[in-house]
Amino acid sequence: MRKTTLCAVLALAAFAPHAWAQKSTSDGIAEYREMLQDGNPAELFEAKGEDLWKQKRGPRKASLERCDLGKGPGVVKGAFVELPRYFADTGKVQDLESRLVTCMSQLQGIDPKEVIDGAWGKGERANVTALATWVGSQSKDMKFNLPQSQQQERAFYEVGKRLFFQRGGSHDFSCASCHGEEGKRIRLQDLPHLSGKAEDGVGFAAWPAYRVSSGEMWTMQHRLNDCYRQQRFPEPIYASDATIALGVYLGVNARGTKSAVPAIKR
Amino acid sequence: MISRKTSRRAALQQSLAVAGMLVAAGVLPRTALAYNKEAFDAKTVADVVKALGAGAPAESKDVTITGPDIAENGAVVPLGAATTLAGVKQLLVLVEKNPNTMVAGFNVTDAVEPNFLTRAKLGQSSDVYAVAITNDGKAFYAKKEVKVTLGGCGG
Amino acid sequence: MADPMRIRAQASGGNATVRVLMAHEMETGQRKDASGKTIPAWFIQEVTASLNGKPVLTAEWGPAVSKNPFMQFTVKGAKAGDKIAVTWKDNRGDTRTDEATVS
Repeated sequence: MRKTTLCAVLALAAFAPHAWAQKSTSDGIAEYREMLQDGNPAELFEAKGEDLWKQKRGPRKASLERCDLGKGPGVVKGAFVELPRYFADTGKVQDLESRLVTCMSQLQGIDPKEVIDGAWGKGERANVTALATWVGSQSKDMKFNLPQSQQQERAFYEVGKRLFFQRGGSHDFSCASCHGEEGKRIRLQDLPHLSGKAEDGVGFAAWPAYRVSSGEMWTMQHRLNDCYRQQRFPEPIYASDATIALGVYLGVNARGTKSAVPAIKR
Repeated sequence: MISRKTSRRAALQQSLAVAGMLVAAGVLPRTALAYNKEAFDAKTVADVVKALGAGAPAESKDVTITGPDIAENGAVVPLGAATTLAGVKQLLVLVEKNPNTMVAGFNVTDAVEPNFLTRAKLGQSSDVYAVAITNDGKAFYAKKEVKVTLGGCGG
Repeated sequence: MADPMRIRAQASGGNATVRVLMAHEMETGQRKDASGKTIPAWFIQEVTASLNGKPVLTAEWGPAVSKNPFMQFTVKGAKAGDKIAVTWKDNRGDTRTDEATVS
């Protein structure tokens, strides 16, 4: 399908040079994004993540193949589109990254501090990113269906909603400042309306994504962290309840839309 | 002792100079060198082509450059070079306004189609070129403009 | 040991279209780090490919090829089951070879 699309774009180029000149900027950018769909460097992280899932690692020299991501031990397909959710064994609502950290700790003996106190793109945190990319890819094009059956799940939704609209920091920004209305953009970046009607492959449905501008793979944790940084807030602790609550809010709002993970972004 | 070393150095320098002249004259094949540093250091389309031992490039409808009109980010710009000309030995991808113009050179053999796609960094909006170099040392090109924008903070 | 490449080779009409993703920084040598020191150039210089062990492609790259490079080419006379091997070599002398079967 991707190959046909690339051919279609090339065919357009060959037969309609005049039409190209009259194309709008956003059409041009849409075409640029389409050209990058085939051969997303995220695949390199997917491959690494799959290896890490199966590799015996850590002090306990075990793989992650018994990790329960919410659909039972070892069930990966469909898990991504039901996260964050409540887990009875930890008694907490957890997102993908924090659940991977739990499994790495329980099954492999890897200290969660190595991820939580780590740095983006390095060490065990980079491994979580690769794992998250692979796990996410196993639910590609599936529809979000986060559970809200458990009381804590519903409470986290409400907390997430309040966090979304909470203004603060030196610029008095909230998530809603950029993502609370239809049709907003920063320079040439369209900003998804995250408190409104969700769309396939947009917003929550687009992370983890490969960012070409930095050549880095970003998970939702990274995206949220950077949003707070851009709002001039202190950066949140990795996998903190606040970030998970926001994930629940965004994910439940995205119910019924398709996941595009792993995506490719500017 | 000293004079012998000096004269040996001088002799070496002279033979290098002669070799250089022979290469410039087209007698020694430049493209036989595996990695053409001179081509990759060149700062203009003309200098790249000259470093590869070909004549001044002429525009040709039989060479195609593909790429987006607008690139959201200059770090990754998909560019393709293709040709329907016969006797082509090399297909180049060039970005005129880059600090060094040459991005990549693909050696064409009978075993592959003369059609290559890769992704390049563009420092700024620039004309991008596909150049086909033929066995008899002629160069043909196609070009297009790619605008590079700075996106916003998100996405 | 560098991370593996992703190679996909698809047969179509007597040829095989090969798409390769390589894991490499492709550092230009023009960037500076936080302390103002230039980050040294580190990039793939040479790419070769073979079909069932026979060389079919050589290419020379400069540092302007994007990070985590993508390359696509079409090998003539290839069919499902054939082996495509791709090798890259960088300016530090590091090298990596990966293989894929044409599907």
